[in-house]
Amino acid sequence: MAEPILTTTGLTAFYGDFQALFGIDFEIHAGETVAIIGSNGAGKSTFLRAITGMLKTPGQNIRFLGRDVGDAPAHDLVRAGLAMVPEGRKLFPSLTVEENLLIGGYGRSGTDWTLEAIYDLFPILAERRRHGGTALSGGQQQMVAIGRALMSNPKLLLCDEISLGLAPIVIKDIYAAVPKIKAHGATIVVVEQDVNQAMAVADRVYCFQEGRVSLTGRPGELTRAQISAAYFGLEDGEAA
Amino acid sequence: MDWINAIIQGVLLGGLYALFAAGLSLMFGVMRFVNIAHGDFIVMGAYGALLVVSLTGIHPLWTLVLVVPGMAALGYLGQRLLLNRTLGDDILPPLLVTFGFSIIIQNVLLELFSADSQKLQAGWIETASIPLAGGLSVGVMPLLIFASALAVIAGLQAFFYRTALGRVLRATSDDADTVRLMGADNANVFAIATAIASAVVGIAGVYLAIRTNFDPAVGPARLLYAFEAVIIGGLGNLWGTLAGGIILGVSQAIGAQIDPGYQILAGHLAFLIVLVLRPQGLFPKMKG
Repeated sequence: MAEPILTTTGLTAFYGDFQALFGIDFEIHAGETVAIIGSNGAGKSTFLRAITGMLKTPGQNIRFLGRDVGDAPAHDLVRAGLAMVPEGRKLFPSLTVEENLLIGGYGRSGTDWTLEAIYDLFPILAERRRHGGTALSGGQQQMVAIGRALMSNPKLLLCDEISLGLAPIVIKDIYAAVPKIKAHGATIVVVEQDVNQAMAVADRVYCFQEGRVSLTGRPGELTRAQISAAYFGLEDGEAA
Repeated sequence: MDWINAIIQGVLLGGLYALFAAGLSLMFGVMRFVNIAHGDFIVMGAYGALLVVSLTGIHPLWTLVLVVPGMAALGYLGQRLLLNRTLGDDILPPLLVTFGFSIIIQNVLLELFSADSQKLQAGWIETASIPLAGGLSVGVMPLLIFASALAVIAGLQAFFYRTALGRVLRATSDDADTVRLMGADNANVFAIATAIASAVVGIAGVYLAIRTNFDPAVGPARLLYAFEAVIIGGLGNLWGTLAGGIILGVSQAIGAQIDPGYQILAGHLAFLIVLVLRPQGLFPKMKG
């Protein structure tokens, strides 16, 4: 198999003196969709912040597209093809929907995703293009956040808790976009607290617990008991 | 008729105050950075113009061609190499560092140019005026300064709302951290914001040098007018800053009309009234 597009080996991360990640080994190949599940505080978002360069990880072993990026700043990684849909969406309130999308293309490489392509993916955004980014419903804001990340033409798209706080019907709409995004050639990592959602969309799953990988595997090959144990930190059998 | 004249002169003076204030407003808007040395930077621009005139003998207005890019370059480097290091969650370090700058600039100017009051002579344009109806007239120079202020603010507004870099600056003002995920380098964006603000400071400095007497110690008073214009107009709104400058100018002119001793006081009173009645300013930034 070809070299994975992203690997971390023994990744550790700290907030000040507090250690949040303890030696994470992770890899994702081109075209895969990988889900990271785990409870609150398991280190999922920290992991994404570390690989995007938003959290400094000096000297750490992170390889992206064959390049060591442990010391690379966030803006460099965007230009190299890494995009993130941040937790809480983080739209820019002073900018309209369309401007929020356009700014996503500020550091773009390539021309795969255009405004039109985003509006094809989420037609409601075309109607709301002149609205303020934060004047939309939660689901629509999430669509803007995904579209904004896609505008940089990412090779690897990281989605942090994109279903958090949304109604099930809206979540379904948002996840319906994932196959279309994959068809554009992006590889996707989704961080999810909703295990069923994660299992439905992913080719492989990593479960995090207290800053460590507690389980990995393909959704079809993992049992509910294994997942519960890895998710909640219970012994095998205890979950049943 | 005297009153109408006073108000017209006040409006035109407001253009100069808006130029003083635009750079301050911009830096605060993008970086939440309060530059205590802003007035001294304006005075530095004025001395820059003086230096160019004394070395080359060109007309003071032509010094804009050198002073504006010179100030912009200085602003970029100063932000990149020094001021960026002071930015963070704490608002105090930038205040202290720029306060230090203020003292250093005043003393360096004093050392280089002495405490003597200076003024650039711009020739006929200083005394030329355009007659209006009813015996009123407006000076060409004040009109030129006001027109420049309009052009600068319209230009900045177009830049912020029509260009990709302008969008990045507005987004940085909302959330500097998330802008990094858009591929923008904060350090560079901040330096560009300061470069643009410094270019406006350069324009303000040249006009200050032509319009009034200046010496190394007049910076802090310019800072005060700039602050007042920004706060009257509302933070983060450049047209509001222009309105703030005009309100300040008109108040001063009305004060002077009542009694020449009341000119400065009237401006401060207008500021105080706005601060008490509408502390967010008259035209605060609209949120989307």
